[in-house]
Amino acid sequence: METTPENDNLTSSAVGQSGPVGSGVDSSAPMLLSLRDITKSFGAVQALQHVDLDIPAGQVTALIGDNGAGKSTLIKTVSGIWAPTSGSMYWQGQEVHVHTPRDATHLGIATVYQDLALCDNLDIVQNMYLGREDTKVGLLDEISMELATTKTLKDLSVSTVKSVRQLVGSLSGGQRQAVAVARAVMRESKLVILDEPTAALGVSQTAQVLDLIKTLSSHGIAVLVISHNLNDVFSVADRIAVMYLGTLVSHGPIANYDRNSAVEMITTGKSDRVAALAASN
Amino acid sequence: MLKRFRRGDSGMIPIVIGLIVLAAYFQIRSSVFLSTGNLTNLMVQATIFVLLGIAEVWLLLLGEIDLSAGFNAGLAGAIAVILVDQQFHWSWYFAVGLALIASTGFGALWGFLVIGLRLPSFIVTLAGQLGLEGLVLWIVDSQGTGGSISIHEPVLYNIVYGDFTPLFTIIFIVVTVLGLSFSLVRTNASRASRNLESVPMLLMLLRIAGLVIGGGLLIWIFNSNRGKFTPIHGMPFAILIVGVVLGACTFIMNKTKPGRYLYAIGGNAEAARRAGIAVNRYRLMAFMMTGLISGIAGLVYVSNLNGISDSINGGTLVLYAVAAAVIGGTSLFGGRGKMVHALIGGVVIATIYNGMALIQLGAPQQYIATALVLLGAVTIDSLARRGSTIVK
Repeated sequence: METTPENDNLTSSAVGQSGPVGSGVDSSAPMLLSLRDITKSFGAVQALQHVDLDIPAGQVTALIGDNGAGKSTLIKTVSGIWAPTSGSMYWQGQEVHVHTPRDATHLGIATVYQDLALCDNLDIVQNMYLGREDTKVGLLDEISMELATTKTLKDLSVSTVKSVRQLVGSLSGGQRQAVAVARAVMRESKLVILDEPTAALGVSQTAQVLDLIKTLSSHGIAVLVISHNLNDVFSVADRIAVMYLGTLVSHGPIANYDRNSAVEMITTGKSDRVAALAASN
Repeated sequence: MLKRFRRGDSGMIPIVIGLIVLAAYFQIRSSVFLSTGNLTNLMVQATIFVLLGIAEVWLLLLGEIDLSAGFNAGLAGAIAVILVDQQFHWSWYFAVGLALIASTGFGALWGFLVIGLRLPSFIVTLAGQLGLEGLVLWIVDSQGTGGSISIHEPVLYNIVYGDFTPLFTIIFIVVTVLGLSFSLVRTNASRASRNLESVPMLLMLLRIAGLVIGGGLLIWIFNSNRGKFTPIHGMPFAILIVGVVLGACTFIMNKTKPGRYLYAIGGNAEAARRAGIAVNRYRLMAFMMTGLISGIAGLVYVSNLNGISDSINGGTLVLYAVAAAVIGGTSLFGGRGKMVHALIGGVVIATIYNGMALIQLGAPQQYIATALVLLGAVTIDSLARRGSTIVK
């Protein structure tokens, strides 16, 4: 591909490569991450086929789709678990090659998987800094780490934890999610990818996590969130991307969708209502 | 404190109470038990359990175990004894150096097998135990001294039978108490100055008072005359070795990245890996530390026995060491434990061992009593943890 994604956006030619319906990209928002023609095969299985996706900064993009639609494959590609079979990835307009999780972290992409990857036997501060501890003359600088942790949690309006020296094993599901997200944010991430962040949570815990997602985007951080729960999607997302059998069948502002059309897209891969809504917007 | 206990965060309080009960019982049955001479003797008896216990904690924190540590200690002891005496007459530092290199090397070998081939450490080190037992028998018996070799070299002999002068004993203990108190106060003050949660003044004073009383008792115990014919005063060198090993290991675990990473790997290895920690490198390090400290334990052990014999029971020793760590509060499943657990557990085992001998009970009763204490300690720990918020 000759043109940069910015040019694509200006001419809106990014739309329609795989025939997505209603994938109008608003040209005003700068694209943090753009995927073009991403394909990923595992042997004969094509898990991703020609995916084009734009993720703007400071917005919440919800990635929805049925089981096996390719959502996880897509985020694993973006976060460097494996490289795409073909296609290009642009980060702030520059083409990048992400082959390892470390490459992704370097760019500012942080992924919070469903299992959260926290150590229950360590406290919040120790988990937040795991693998990148502050040191002073070679020794752990507990005070500076504790102060920074407290500040990060405060910035994210996480007020439910009593002490940052609590063991993570003693936290509720929502609090654990908050710690995992806060850890991602503290690493100066520009894009935070959340895999089913509310899947195992109750009502009030879910509300906490959704608030946290809104706080992230208000700080200018792009959020890509996988969710099965359309209530959550419609309460936090600015944009929606729908996957169906390995293709990205539709993506665009949330206003182009409603609950019924989203369900239709997820289950059949197309919806006349989305096209109609997109046209009316 | 009751609240902390319910939270499963009881620390070592139950086991310290248990230790006091044991001591009181033995004192009632035998007036010799709490004499300074016997207490020094008890501490020297504890050194082997404590050192091997510390060695095991390194691996227990990862959810691994080293069943060969007892014979690895025996091997290191045998190498040192043979090289300084017999026909070799090596300088003690070369002999000790080679002994520790050997024990560390065997630790590394188990590590390579466990990490590289993904074999369970229980089986690898069980094979290691049998193999090292064979090796110890072979090199001890090949000396042609009838299965036991005694020490004629002064440094090795004096690890246990040499003492610091009473003055140095006082200086050493006072400096240790001052240093620990100072570091407690300074950490707390710098936390308080940044409005972080800090320990209240009264609790701080209590802790320091505890250190001072403990130090004072140790000075009194070590510096009282415990000789029957000629006066013997001062702290045995072996106690210093235990103190230095315990202090260094605790420091690594609490203040450095490798220590933090070992806890993280023991808690959730996958999370540690994703955080960019070179998990296998730290696991290998733990196996090597276990080997190294087993070797040190072996040197103290042969000094205490004043030699090495082919009937050394490394299998029982290692089980006592694991028991010491567990009695102190270290989990077998990884992620939870402290070096000091080996100290407290080792002292409990030595107390049973020493007290039972004083009241003239035999080996059968000693084994059964140790079994009951071990079961009791894990039961209390498990019950305290049941309603707890700590996962493991």
